[in-house]
Amino acid sequence: MSDWPLWEVFVRARRGLSHNHVGSLHAPDAQMALRNARDLYTRRNEGVSIWVVPASAITASSPDEKDAFFDPAGDKAYRHPTFYDLPDEVQHL
Amino acid sequence: MDAITTPAAHTEFDAIIDTDGRIEPRDEMPDAYRKTLIRQIAQHAHSEIIGMQPEGNWISRAPSLKRKAILMAKVQDEAGHGLYLYAAAETLGVDRAELLDKLHTGRQKYSSIFNYPTLTWADIGAIGWLVDGAAITNQVPLCRCSYGPYGRAMVRICKEESFHQRQGFELLLTLMRGTPAQQEMAQDAVNRWWYPSIAMFGPPDSASTHTEQSMQWGIKRFSNDELRQKFVDMTVPQSEVLGVTLPDPDLRWNDERGHYDYAPPDYDELFRVIKGDGPCNRQRVERRVAAHEEGAWVREAAAAYAVKRAAEAELAA
Repeated sequence: MSDWPLWEVFVRARRGLSHNHVGSLHAPDAQMALRNARDLYTRRNEGVSIWVVPASAITASSPDEKDAFFDPAGDKAYRHPTFYDLPDEVQHL
Repeated sequence: MDAITTPAAHTEFDAIIDTDGRIEPRDEMPDAYRKTLIRQIAQHAHSEIIGMQPEGNWISRAPSLKRKAILMAKVQDEAGHGLYLYAAAETLGVDRAELLDKLHTGRQKYSSIFNYPTLTWADIGAIGWLVDGAAITNQVPLCRCSYGPYGRAMVRICKEESFHQRQGFELLLTLMRGTPAQQEMAQDAVNRWWYPSIAMFGPPDSASTHTEQSMQWGIKRFSNDELRQKFVDMTVPQSEVLGVTLPDPDLRWNDERGHYDYAPPDYDELFRVIKGDGPCNRQRVERRVAAHEEGAWVREAAAAYAVKRAAEAELAA
């Protein structure tokens, strides 16, 4: 069982929403992973669509480099609407 | 290299804990924090799957199709809860097969409550109402556990446990509105499950070995005795609605404390059961090992089928 690959499971709760990560499971192949994901994560109609992704296929940013990695956005307050002071009487802006 | 990076990384961990943030799988964390979580999550996962046994015992004898369907759904939930938790434990770098092996060989424990037998149908109601009620009291604060994957698993579990507790209460209520024999059966089940249920919160604070450190780390939010009191306070009024008597002659409202006074469980018994000397310890582990061994062919067949399908796909390409 431990040599079965790990799959990350993503569920779309209903149409109009994106798939969200809900957890993981082990399964011998993608089809079994889908069936297991249905039984494990949608026993109460929590979803209308499921993705399973081999955990080994995910490339993740490193928590150690978090500061440097996300640093470029840190000093760009002008990307936010609240950066701009406008007269109170201006409407719809 | 380690000597330089480790202290700084622990400062980051401490900073997250201090601001009540969440630790995620790939973050640096102290070894003791990781070990504590693995021990606790594994024990929790084991409890879920061992917990399938006392209730599974009654599926074939449920008194109606409706009750049978409910009980099957509940036992399936317990299996699901076990899987959420094993997956959470695996994010800490342990292997599920290794955890199961430790359960099978007695090197990891499960909740003492599941070493008591389910003697009558009313026990299914008492388990839902009292045992799952105590579990929920324990588990709701765990949704805010400092370790992200554990907290998220607990959110799912708590949502589902609510059905478990309500079906148990309703089952007992149905018996209490039935014949004198049914009422007696319900009362007898409550008599037997009350003390094991309040013992589920663990030893008293004065004798609890892990509490202080776990509270500092944000794994635990309330002490054993605080949770026990909370459970007693919630349960006494429910027992009055049911019309059952909780088997504690000392149970009464204390105006000054704003809580119910109650006689504590027999902690010597709790420790005996945890150490392996409960009514069903041996049976539970034997059954688990047998289920694992008897299920080996299913795992092998699934693996063989996956290999065959992969080969077919390759030929077709």
